[in-house]
Amino acid sequence: MARTQANPIEQPSDVSLLSAAMPGDYFQLLKPRVMSLVVFTALIGLIMAPGSISPVVGVVAILCIAIGAGASGALNMWYDADIDAVMQRTLRRPIPAGQVGASEALAFGLVLSLFSVMTMGVLVNWLAASLLAFTIFFYVVIYTMWLKRSTPQNIVIGGAAGAFPPMIGWAAVTGSVSIESIVLFAIIFIWTPPHFWALALYKAGDYDKANIPMMPNIAGAASTRRQILFYTLVLAVTAVLPTWLGFASMAYGVIAGLLGVVFVGLAWTLWNSPLNDKEYKNEKRLFGFSIFYLFVIFGALGIDAIVQRVFP
Amino acid sequence: MNAPDNERIELTPKQKKAQRARNLAIALSLATFVIILYVATWSKLGSNLFNRPL
Repeated sequence: MARTQANPIEQPSDVSLLSAAMPGDYFQLLKPRVMSLVVFTALIGLIMAPGSISPVVGVVAILCIAIGAGASGALNMWYDADIDAVMQRTLRRPIPAGQVGASEALAFGLVLSLFSVMTMGVLVNWLAASLLAFTIFFYVVIYTMWLKRSTPQNIVIGGAAGAFPPMIGWAAVTGSVSIESIVLFAIIFIWTPPHFWALALYKAGDYDKANIPMMPNIAGAASTRRQILFYTLVLAVTAVLPTWLGFASMAYGVIAGLLGVVFVGLAWTLWNSPLNDKEYKNEKRLFGFSIFYLFVIFGALGIDAIVQRVFP
Repeated sequence: MNAPDNERIELTPKQKKAQRARNLAIALSLATFVIILYVATWSKLGSNLFNRPL
């Protein structure tokens, strides 16, 4: 799909176009809200991993993951400035708002990517650094540049980028990838489609304007709702795997099971609700619950790991 | 043809303020980065830092 030509950002040619960007504008390029979720899930991966890590090195690892995630956010905003400018949801981002130049965002993202990966490699370990580098590459090149504008499966495959952080946190401690960290990856990976499609269902007009082939725009609302139900069913099973595989307690399994039932229930309600609801109450409720769900699942895994260490 | 020596770009007060803020942020970031490297090196190597042939 061709890129739309709505990018208002040009190189400055006179003094009036020289940058007046404040540090806060650059901070917004890092997508701080996404970054906070990344930091949280990475921290849980780090806490759950067997073995020990120096607190200082642990903080460095989390910082590198946060900066790396922020860098990929900046590179995403650089590439997507044209579509961000036509979508209501992203109109006020620093580049379309004219606060930061596109080339500045590109340089910012590249420098931070390099620094975060190299620091992770030198101070933590090179497997964690490689995974971080791959995550940035996957989000920027595979998702942003390729999938996002070309297939309705964009966020299904692209969701892998958001699923890597707990695996990186785990690798920072153990220096390896194991079945446990793959399960943590799988939980976020399978959670991503219902989360984003719930949003895409009530922002379909926005995505349509920007020519982004999200599932509701291509397959329609009914098919998207059916697929959301399918993914929530798979997610509900995947989320109890930590207990089934023996690296989380029964208490976690019960919490994950109950949350899974509620998630499937909301997806079921959405699937059965009339398609002409223009207030999108069920879609918004599902979107809100999906954030709560991931937070509680990973919070419970983290608390569970701490309790198991304190009371082995 | 050379540009006249006195021809230079004058930033607006808003641009000057933003430039100062950006410079300060870069300085603080670099200082933090140096401190992180220093502390993390101590943390990783500990007393081995001095364990080398003289």
